[in-house]
Amino acid sequence: MSLDTATVRRIAALARIRLEAAEVERMQTELNDILGWIEQLQAVDTAGVEPMAGAGAVALRMREDVVTDGGIAPRVLANAPDREGEYFGVPKVVE
Amino acid sequence: MTYTIEGRTGPWEIVVGLEVHAQVTSHAKLFSGAATAFGAEPNSQVSFVDAGFPGMLPVINHECVAQAVRTGLGLNAKVNLWSRFDRKNYFYADLPQGYQISQFAHPIIGEGVVEITLADGSAKTIGVTRLHLEQDAGKSLHDQHPQKSFIDLNRSGVALMEIVSEPDIRSPEEAGAYLTKLRQILRYLGTCDGNMDEGSMRADVNVSVRRAGEGYRTRCEVKNVNSIRFVMQSVEAEARRQIEVFETGGTVEQETRLFDTARGITRSMRSKEDAHDYRYFPDPDLPPLVIEQSWVDQLKAALPELPDVRRARYVAMGLSPYDAHVLTLERETAVYFEEVAAGRDAKIAANWVTGDLFAAINRTKTSIAEPPVPAAHLGALLDLLADKTLSGTLAKQVFEAMVEEGKSPGAIVEARGLRQVTDSGAIERIVAGVLDANADKVAEYRSGKDKLFGFFVGQTMKAMQGKGNPTLVNDAVKKLLG
Amino acid sequence: MHPTDFTLAGAAEALHEGLISSVELTQAHLDAIAALNPRLNAFLAVTAEAALREAAASDARRKRGEARPLEGLPIANKDLFCTEGVATTAASRILAGFIPPYESTVTAQLRRDGAVFLGKLNCDEFAMGSSNTTSAFGPVENPWRRGNDPDARLVPGGSSGGSAAAVAARLALAATATDTGGSIRQPAAFCGIAGIKPTYGRCSRFGIVAFASSLDQAGPVARTVEDCAVLLRSMAGFDPKDSTSADVPVPDFARACGRGVKGLRIGVPREYRLDGTPPEIAALWEQGLQWLRAEGAETVEISLPHTKYALPTYYIVAPAEASSNLARYDGVRFGLRETAAGSDLRDLYERTRAAGFGAEVKRRILIGTYVLSAGYYDAYYLQAQKIRALIKRDFDEAFGRVDAIVTPATPSAAFGMDEKQDDPVTMYLNDVFTVTANLAGLPGLAVPAGLDHQGLPLGLQVIGRAFDEETVFAVGGAIERAANFRALPAIRAGVG
Repeated sequence: MSLDTATVRRIAALARIRLEAAEVERMQTELNDILGWIEQLQAVDTAGVEPMAGAGAVALRMREDVVTDGGIAPRVLANAPDREGEYFGVPKVVE
Repeated sequence: MTYTIEGRTGPWEIVVGLEVHAQVTSHAKLFSGAATAFGAEPNSQVSFVDAGFPGMLPVINHECVAQAVRTGLGLNAKVNLWSRFDRKNYFYADLPQGYQISQFAHPIIGEGVVEITLADGSAKTIGVTRLHLEQDAGKSLHDQHPQKSFIDLNRSGVALMEIVSEPDIRSPEEAGAYLTKLRQILRYLGTCDGNMDEGSMRADVNVSVRRAGEGYRTRCEVKNVNSIRFVMQSVEAEARRQIEVFETGGTVEQETRLFDTARGITRSMRSKEDAHDYRYFPDPDLPPLVIEQSWVDQLKAALPELPDVRRARYVAMGLSPYDAHVLTLERETAVYFEEVAAGRDAKIAANWVTGDLFAAINRTKTSIAEPPVPAAHLGALLDLLADKTLSGTLAKQVFEAMVEEGKSPGAIVEARGLRQVTDSGAIERIVAGVLDANADKVAEYRSGKDKLFGFFVGQTMKAMQGKGNPTLVNDAVKKLLG
Repeated sequence: MHPTDFTLAGAAEALHEGLISSVELTQAHLDAIAALNPRLNAFLAVTAEAALREAAASDARRKRGEARPLEGLPIANKDLFCTEGVATTAASRILAGFIPPYESTVTAQLRRDGAVFLGKLNCDEFAMGSSNTTSAFGPVENPWRRGNDPDARLVPGGSSGGSAAAVAARLALAATATDTGGSIRQPAAFCGIAGIKPTYGRCSRFGIVAFASSLDQAGPVARTVEDCAVLLRSMAGFDPKDSTSADVPVPDFARACGRGVKGLRIGVPREYRLDGTPPEIAALWEQGLQWLRAEGAETVEISLPHTKYALPTYYIVAPAEASSNLARYDGVRFGLRETAAGSDLRDLYERTRAAGFGAEVKRRILIGTYVLSAGYYDAYYLQAQKIRALIKRDFDEAFGRVDAIVTPATPSAAFGMDEKQDDPVTMYLNDVFTVTANLAGLPGLAVPAGLDHQGLPLGLQVIGRAFDEETVFAVGGAIERAANFRALPAIRAGVG
């Protein structure tokens, strides 16, 4: 499976990473290099095999319905690149 | 008779499926310990997990799972003992992690049903495809600043149940009935408060149209409709839009739209570019959700009585279907009614609740949750009626006083000396006085003017300031007139 | 003996005996850092004042008889662990200026046990790399030099290159690190020190900048196997804040190091004999097995048939999870924000992430985004997770016949900083022996076993059953004793 530049641009858009024209080309080469190498997995017979989701705990542990967090707005906002009072500021979004 | 819209070229049917997002009633969020209460200061109910900080991890809230199971049971749905969380990946300012933790492939609840009744009395079953748990996003405010949107993450991470209906709905009325019933079930179960104006219940409306006998055509989604009335309007509006497109030779494009409540039409969402590729995959931070059948059985045994069951029980108690329906619309009303009716005549209780109480609520602009007369007081009033301390007329007077003063009926009766007079001797003395003062009318009565009987009763009651027991007054008048 | 020559266990003993104070020990390391870090670039941040304060407080506690397991021992943390109030960058521009308002569970536990923190260690950006050349803050240099080419600057391995280099150069007694595909074991081997990636779920991931959630594990690097065991005991433990954390008791791992290997069955996977592996490494592997046989173990040839698919499988699973984990780095709530005049929100995202992420991180995010995208999920991600299950099954079957598996840790010794940069896949091949343990969730230890013809360290790897780090430490300890690895890097504290 070989990527064309349009696909590279589409993936970059999905990933919200801006790529300049030269980068698109370079990325295309590198990604195809990696994908070409990964292709070999298609040959493996996995019929009837359950995918391994995670290596750890077998079932989800649940916690009690108690409020134990929050009330820390200053700390939540402390690293904000654009803090507007008690809010995070971002360029205005038009819906 | 399927509902149709008459287009220029003939009738069209509507096909509607509803996706309802219902905020789970719980103290803390789905995967964090921050609070869920509505209306808090911005970003004050946010943990670092909700804010998507580096290294933060989700831990699931037991009660949210229980609420989903209860809801599934209330929908007569299949409870999946094994389910899994997936990540739905997309970028938006109110989605701090850059993904929403949801359930895609294996939801906790499978197929169920919602029974609805329409205005013409007909019943219909609307299928529920599934219910799953997912995180709510934060809120963006676009009107606080000319160039910026403000982000408040209080709502980020609150548990939502997404309830997906089958595309079985065929009219705006059915859509309204489905939502009303669903909301009622959720409120009865206590799993969601159904306050659409606070955003704790929202609907995405999927609408397509077709000619009778056709399969499904392309559908559009009208997102985030926040009232039952608007859902019904948006169904009609979107259906008409699509019909117009088809009839002018166009094709309906699958897209997401918003309902413009002011203009009563749907419009395309401006920010929608390429269709979202959500790249769902199992959330690697969360092992599968496994619950025991024994726990499900416990939850089932403890479920509050559901509206349909309660309604049937009221009818069995002797109430009319209409009264049963009205009294069970809201669980709080039913609870109030049952407290009043406990150990008393159910029909009388029903009349007072649906009549006098509801009128008082309307007049004082209160609610059944904070009623102008507590159930215990109304019950006590009915007792005073039953033991003839009060006549019907007096009882109504006392009730109005209760509304005004907030006191118990006993206190009001004492304070105003409204106790119904049941001393037949005393009554007879007053009747005698009335007959003496109206000797001419007595003569007229005795010579055949039967209608004057009511005059004597009325004059007696007036003289007793309405406190006479009507039966005893009647008896006394009859006796003294001979 | 110079204070920086202590092992962790040795220093603990010396502190206990009152031969040295924590302040002296800490100061000696701070001096070493000041002297050598400008060259090695192992530390991104040195918290000197706080360290000395902690050391003084530690000495006071010891006087009061309140010494805790790691009391007063100066160690350092990979800059992937969020440390409250101390800048944490994950070696990325996108986290420049980020001061975590919370502490990771692992570092909190180390503090609880009395460790003194010297600072934050460099690594590959977001733990993505095998050379520590992808850090936004410059590469880390391996303190080892080739005997025949002493001017060539070598990589320390990655992604925990800063941790391994710092410990090898004696700038810290030991360090924390993380391992997703080999990022503890490979740099440990390249730097002639020990390092263990414990069983998945053994250490909490809470507060560690996530790379690939189903593969990441925290672990120690140190100069001896016993030191690793001591540190791991403090790092490990069930954490209710991490849903993948295992609720199992933490044994006293250090006790297992001297246990010996008599009667143990050691598996030798035939699929780890690769064409192109330098003969020295094959020879060292054989030597290691002989040492173990001499100590009473039995070596058994085993087969792990799906081994050759492990690396490509890893390079689907890890980037996929990373593409999602790194979506939160968007310029909205913390870290870098980059906009141009008139930027809308989308533009803010795209410029911030373009400016904030390095090339390797971008590559992996794009690969990950692609393999998860519509139409490709089944062919790539789902297929990879199935192969992963097969790889785990291979190990489960093997562990029915053996108690531990021994392999080379790396396919080469440390290479030059300019080497292997031609294409991404060449770099990925460094992890060929290590990724299998991550995919299967099993514990893996690297122990220095010898030198190559250029005088560079080579390590062996011990893989064990899930939650059986004790057997892994026992085998590692036996190899360590037999190897008697005494060589020292050219660049180290007290020498230059």
